[in-house]
Amino acid sequence: MIETTTTDLVINFSYVLAAALFIFGLKLLGHPSSARKGNLLSSIAMLIAIVVTMFDNNIVSFQMIAIAMLAGSILGVLAARMIAMTAMPEMVSLLNGIGGLASLFVAWATVETNSEFTAFTMLVTFLALLIGAVTFSGSLIAWAKLSEHITGRSVTFAGQAVFNSLLVLVIIFTAYLFVAQPTMLAGVSIDFNVVLYTAMALALLFGIMLVLPIGGADMPVVISLLNSYSGLAACAAGFALHNNILIVAGSLVGASGIILTNIMCKAMNRSLSNVLFSGFMPVTNNDMVIEGEVKPLSAEDAYYVLEAAQSVVVIPGYGMAVAQAQHAMKELQQLLEENGAEVAYAIHPVAGRMPGHMNVLLAEADVSYEQLFEMDEINKRIQNFDVAMVIGANDVVNPAAREMKGSPIYGMPVINADLAKNVFVLKRGMASGFAGIDNPLFFKPNCRMIFGDAKETLGHMIRQFSD
Amino acid sequence: MDGVYLLFILLLSIFVGFELIQKVPATLHTPLMSGANAISGITVVGALALAGSDNMGEYSTYLGAFAVFLATINVVGGYLVTDRMLAMFKKKQ
Repeated sequence: MIETTTTDLVINFSYVLAAALFIFGLKLLGHPSSARKGNLLSSIAMLIAIVVTMFDNNIVSFQMIAIAMLAGSILGVLAARMIAMTAMPEMVSLLNGIGGLASLFVAWATVETNSEFTAFTMLVTFLALLIGAVTFSGSLIAWAKLSEHITGRSVTFAGQAVFNSLLVLVIIFTAYLFVAQPTMLAGVSIDFNVVLYTAMALALLFGIMLVLPIGGADMPVVISLLNSYSGLAACAAGFALHNNILIVAGSLVGASGIILTNIMCKAMNRSLSNVLFSGFMPVTNNDMVIEGEVKPLSAEDAYYVLEAAQSVVVIPGYGMAVAQAQHAMKELQQLLEENGAEVAYAIHPVAGRMPGHMNVLLAEADVSYEQLFEMDEINKRIQNFDVAMVIGANDVVNPAAREMKGSPIYGMPVINADLAKNVFVLKRGMASGFAGIDNPLFFKPNCRMIFGDAKETLGHMIRQFSD
Repeated sequence: MDGVYLLFILLLSIFVGFELIQKVPATLHTPLMSGANAISGITVVGALALAGSDNMGEYSTYLGAFAVFLATINVVGGYLVTDRMLAMFKKKQ
């Protein structure tokens, strides 16, 4: 590091080039038509960074590297090929976790090199270890919740807040032991390895405690946040290794995750701390009385309304992903368009289990991105639509957010489906959404409930059209 | 002084990141996240030096190699799955 050789110079210049390509790649991600090229540029940047690093004079044995890279590549290819589009939230949380674990191991390997480190290096290494471990265990819990290996609901126990506060204090104390490395403390001799392992165990526990109390509907926030952490962990590892490209790439990912987290929080009208800690608070009961009655409708009767409709807006939610109804919806869309109707899709930012979840599913079903509209655009003209079809969405179309002051979701921006001329709600039963609140939309005079599996209901309508 | 110089880089790239990513439309947020997953696999670059070195102790080499393995999953899996998704985004025909 002290002596700058030609090789070092070449490596660092290539890192500058790689950084520029990463940035340019992200810029191209700004539009669906250029996004694929952007991703390609970004991957070329990664390739350049990896290849030039191999020329590092310190790297003398390639055997282990080759085995590790080959095994990693095989697993990566398999995962990317086999994963179903509906399982994308699970895939992203697993990748978040693996990224965090990689940074944890880089930090661990760094302290095992038996070199002398400054306090600054020890501090950033500790941060890489901490953030990496939290990302890993937190992402595993998020993955387990998303894939329903454990309950998707908020998990809480008595004294959770006290326990977590204590945990934070102990972690801070461990950080002191890790950085200052006192050999004796209060008459007890301290082994650095014990400190290291304790730090890792505590950080892993902290990640679990962070995600456990968060319920399913808040998953988009958690995935975005963990995405950000995985970048920050890489960034901290970059500080520990004095590697610029790690810092640049890591902070780009960190910034991306923070922006997404912010968008998700705004879409739910909640602060980040409210999302992270609301599991600790008792659910506020609202004793608002909803008047009116629920009016069920058969798919056959719904067909007659759809046949006469000039414009239809589809509002999908997580239920559409569960029912795998996106392909059936696309089929119905084509029939409606052949029938002369305009079909638009309205996507709420937190519909589904991760940012952009619905968009990917509809893209998979061949729905053009030009037909997908964001909440604000559609709300301006929702009253002009003849039919609003709500497929497996609940809280994101809940008018209580607009008109019931006592409701827990009051103030949250929602798609105003109830303002359309007719509203069809495709739903399994009358169960409330993840937020656990009644939805006055179902009781509105212009709303009809079409109970049953969304895919089957859509199938009924499609058959009616074909007859 | 070295640390300050690294902080400079951190600060500037966070600003660039904020500017760029704010412009990504909501429809591309999932590919953005998986693409970010791939980029965070940059840790592989740091792990390589640890895994390939001879004079740092065997233990450290093994840990480094495992980090290379993990980060490679992120890089390869992340870019491929992002490409698979982006290929599906189509204009109206």
